[in-house]
Amino acid sequence: MAEVSLNAITKSFGAVHVIKGVDLDIQSGEFVVFVGPSGCGKSTLLRLIAGLEDITSGTMKIDGEVVNEVAPSRRGIAMVFQSYALYPHMTVYNNMAFGMKLARASKEEIDKRVRSAADILQLGPYLERLPKALSGGQRQRVAIGRAIVRNPKVFLFDEPLSNLDAALRVATRIEIAKLHEDMAGTTMIYVTHDQVEAMTLADRIVVLNAGMIEQVGPPMELYHNPANLFVARFIGSPAMNVLPAIIEGANGDARVRAEGGDPIRVSNKIPSGSKGRPATLGVRPEDLTLATGHGIFNGKVMLVEKLGEVTMLYVDVPGAKEPVVVKLTGDVSVERGADVGLTTAAGNLHVFDENGISFPRAHA
Amino acid sequence: MERVASALITVIIGVGGAILYFYLSNLLLDTIFSARGKGPEAARNQKIAATIRPWLFLGPALIALCLYLVYPLVDSIRLSLFNRTGETFVGLQNYAWAVNDTQFRESVFNNILWLLVVPATATFLGLVIAFLTDRIWWGNIAKTLIFMPMAISFVGASVIWKFIYDYRSEGSTQIGLLNAMVQGFGIAPQAWITVPFWNNFFLMVILIWIQTGFAMVILSAALRGIPDETIEAAVIDGANGWQLFFFIMIPQIWGTIAVVWTTITILVLKVFDIVLTMTNGQWQTQVLANLMFDWMFRGGGDFGRGAAIAVCIMLAVIPIMIWNIRRANAEMKGR
Amino acid sequence: MIAGRSKSGNAFVHLAVLLLVIVWTAPTAGLLISSLRAKDLLSVSGWWTALTATQQSQVGRAAGPEAQVEENGRYFIRGNVFEGAAAGTVNAFGVKIGDPRAFKAGETADLPSGGTIKVNADGSYEIASDKKFEGTRGQRIFYVAALPPKFTFANYVEVLSTAGIGQSFVNSLTVTIPATIIPVLIAAYAAYALAWMKFPGRALILSLVVGLLVVPLQMSLIPLLRMYNNVGLFFGVPAKTYLGIWLAHTGFGLPLAIYLLRNYMAGLPREVMESARVDGATDFDIFLKIVLPLSLPALASFAIFQFLWVWNDLLVALVFLGAQNDQLVLTGRLVNLLGSRGGNWEILTASAFVTIVVPLIVFLSLQRFLVRGLLAGSVKG
Repeated sequence: MAEVSLNAITKSFGAVHVIKGVDLDIQSGEFVVFVGPSGCGKSTLLRLIAGLEDITSGTMKIDGEVVNEVAPSRRGIAMVFQSYALYPHMTVYNNMAFGMKLARASKEEIDKRVRSAADILQLGPYLERLPKALSGGQRQRVAIGRAIVRNPKVFLFDEPLSNLDAALRVATRIEIAKLHEDMAGTTMIYVTHDQVEAMTLADRIVVLNAGMIEQVGPPMELYHNPANLFVARFIGSPAMNVLPAIIEGANGDARVRAEGGDPIRVSNKIPSGSKGRPATLGVRPEDLTLATGHGIFNGKVMLVEKLGEVTMLYVDVPGAKEPVVVKLTGDVSVERGADVGLTTAAGNLHVFDENGISFPRAHA
Repeated sequence: MERVASALITVIIGVGGAILYFYLSNLLLDTIFSARGKGPEAARNQKIAATIRPWLFLGPALIALCLYLVYPLVDSIRLSLFNRTGETFVGLQNYAWAVNDTQFRESVFNNILWLLVVPATATFLGLVIAFLTDRIWWGNIAKTLIFMPMAISFVGASVIWKFIYDYRSEGSTQIGLLNAMVQGFGIAPQAWITVPFWNNFFLMVILIWIQTGFAMVILSAALRGIPDETIEAAVIDGANGWQLFFFIMIPQIWGTIAVVWTTITILVLKVFDIVLTMTNGQWQTQVLANLMFDWMFRGGGDFGRGAAIAVCIMLAVIPIMIWNIRRANAEMKGR
Repeated sequence: MIAGRSKSGNAFVHLAVLLLVIVWTAPTAGLLISSLRAKDLLSVSGWWTALTATQQSQVGRAAGPEAQVEENGRYFIRGNVFEGAAAGTVNAFGVKIGDPRAFKAGETADLPSGGTIKVNADGSYEIASDKKFEGTRGQRIFYVAALPPKFTFANYVEVLSTAGIGQSFVNSLTVTIPATIIPVLIAAYAAYALAWMKFPGRALILSLVVGLLVVPLQMSLIPLLRMYNNVGLFFGVPAKTYLGIWLAHTGFGLPLAIYLLRNYMAGLPREVMESARVDGATDFDIFLKIVLPLSLPALASFAIFQFLWVWNDLLVALVFLGAQNDQLVLTGRLVNLLGSRGGNWEILTASAFVTIVVPLIVFLSLQRFLVRGLLAGSVKG
């Protein structure tokens, strides 16, 4: 089986601590996405799993076996690089066959596996071409093919779609999703900074920030129940609106008051000790609707953006540091400068304590 | 002292003169074909000026090139068909002489030896050293030390190595490093540079010693230019150090290896200082470049034969010249 | 570091590189060390022996009786056997000429004429006696000491004053500096024209330059020699002058200069020049005020190249300057010395080092530019 288990993993480059303590258990056959801002350590973590960097402290196991000191080619992994990393002087066929040639596999065995991988990815007509005669998308498929030929337990992807143009990105994303279905039983670990890729491909998402895990969970879990402010703002586009607030009531009478606004009833579980403490109120743009008359948030419309399928409003709400973003479906006519009220169900309100940790909501 | 003063004056005159020439000629051009004003005449003048101006910039360089390189090239070929003073036409007689002359044949044989051994060895060593030094923290210091002989003149290097090859009779204290080591192993010391055939290799060591640094610097940059990810992908594919080197790194820098190899080849054909200083061609070490120098001044100078030898050296260079021009043209099309 | 890589593999790399570095620097080191050794030592022992202390038997004389002091009824003469000379470590000493190792350092020995003598490892000695010392001369002390390597500048002094190296040094400077500056200037203009100006035949001239890069010097020598001789005859001036060699080196150095500078200039941002043109600058202005300043790294690279090349050149100097004694440049002088003073290694090593010290300094201090110049146009995919 192909479980990957990381235990108290740290990685430092000299005095720079890049990974500060990661614990993670990945099930066999799972599609896990590491996501996070630049410099959070997601690529480093992937390279640690691959064995391209050595682990400073902690234990890593693949398929139950400790692999800290095991060379990359012996870990049962295969990797697809962001820049494809094809061998420019070898044909597509030889690129895919290289690993097996090094392992002295028989010619028939090599041919069988290369052609079968080429079939999966429709690379048949290109087998005798050099990489420079291929388009970006074709090169990416060759890189994936090279990985498939290795018959790995764990597939590693390092931002494979970043170098492709937008249309190709969607098509390749779908292909990768299909690949996961076809190769059931193979664990896939995928690194990206694009949360759309994360949301669409992952069984579970690992959100990383500054070398530590912020939250691990299925995409919808992260969307609905972000564990902290960082995850809440990272997942979802446009990002969640946040307003500084004070906790005015706890337990059954949980109330939060944004600066310059009225107290708002929330359905989060707030312990009594938190009364009077500063907090952060969060609500997603897509969860806000226009109220008739006075709403939970009120202010002047600064900017209206009509995109056809959605209308974006930027509302200047007193007390909020940035304009509150509202995402309305369809074509809504609102005048610039108009006074509007915004409302939403209490269950859509997220409250985070002064350290950014979220208070759990009553309904999940 | 006045020598230094005259040199200083020349530099000032030369530099000042060059600047003055360019400034004045441009000024003249702009005055005659004035582009001031907005009328059609100004536009026409500007066009004319723009056509002439490049030639003003190129002028001095073109004259120097033609005078010192192009004309002599042609004239050497011509002189090779004339007698020793360059006055009587003798056809291919000089070449006929060359083919039958023992020293000439010995030189060609030796040159072939040099051409086979030196570029390949220097390139190979440079590649290996570039590969190794990139892996250690003190690599840059090592590279500087190995590159250093390039700053030394061939004559200086020859003195250094003549010292190493020094020979004292058997049993006495050796002051030459090589004989001291050899004697330390119980073998009789030799006068290395007098041993026929093998002495060529001892001379080649000097050029290899100098040129390896050159190869190393260029190949080190080429190795650094290889995308890291192709190496990492090969590591994942299971390649060890040797396999990485041969299957992944070298194929990707073939072009640079070829450039280094051909550059050293050309140098090998031109170098005469080493042979002149070490042996002056004795003990069968003669090479074409030294032979030519010899004939230029021997007995008052035999220009015909000297030119013929020069032409032979040129012939060996032509294939490389064509390859270089083709490469440069292809590159310029890409710009 | 890639996981699973053996640590011992790395040790092998360190060792291999160390070995290579030693092999590469030993020749030059040998030269330098030899040039600093005394003349007589050079011809009898290898330079590597000079690196460690050598054991030598020596004799010194203690201070005479007039230096004795009286302390508590006894008389002492004290001093140091090394006084004035380089200090070493005394291993053993003796008072008879045949037996300098009779006593170990630090022991006390009986003197035949009465009294005792003690010589310590640092060379200090003490002669003690109950009777007052008579006579005028001090005791002779024979000792065996480990002396540190002895170096001297005497060879350099001799070489610079009498062997003509000093004159040749000036000659080399005189040839090299103008021969470096003039080509740079001429080539810069031509390079700019080839990089940024449009005119028919541009590609042709560029191909010509590339082709001329590899033409061996030998092709130019005979015709130019004849031409210089004819010019000399015609104008009644000597054929071999400094002006002649400056111009020759300029001509020979132009292809490389134009090639390097042109490649560099072609890589400069077009927008900077275009915006200057919009501002009304002529080509000449653009060249002087924008391109030239921006091209300084390339100019420096070529200048260093050319400097080293001309300084180290032998062939052009011999042909165009001649082999007369006072006209020889350093390289020529060195060849000359090899012929005339072939056995005097102290002269040869010091002279050789003088010839290489200037390029070495230039190289070590400006290496970065030299490397950049080499790489320009050499690294191909």
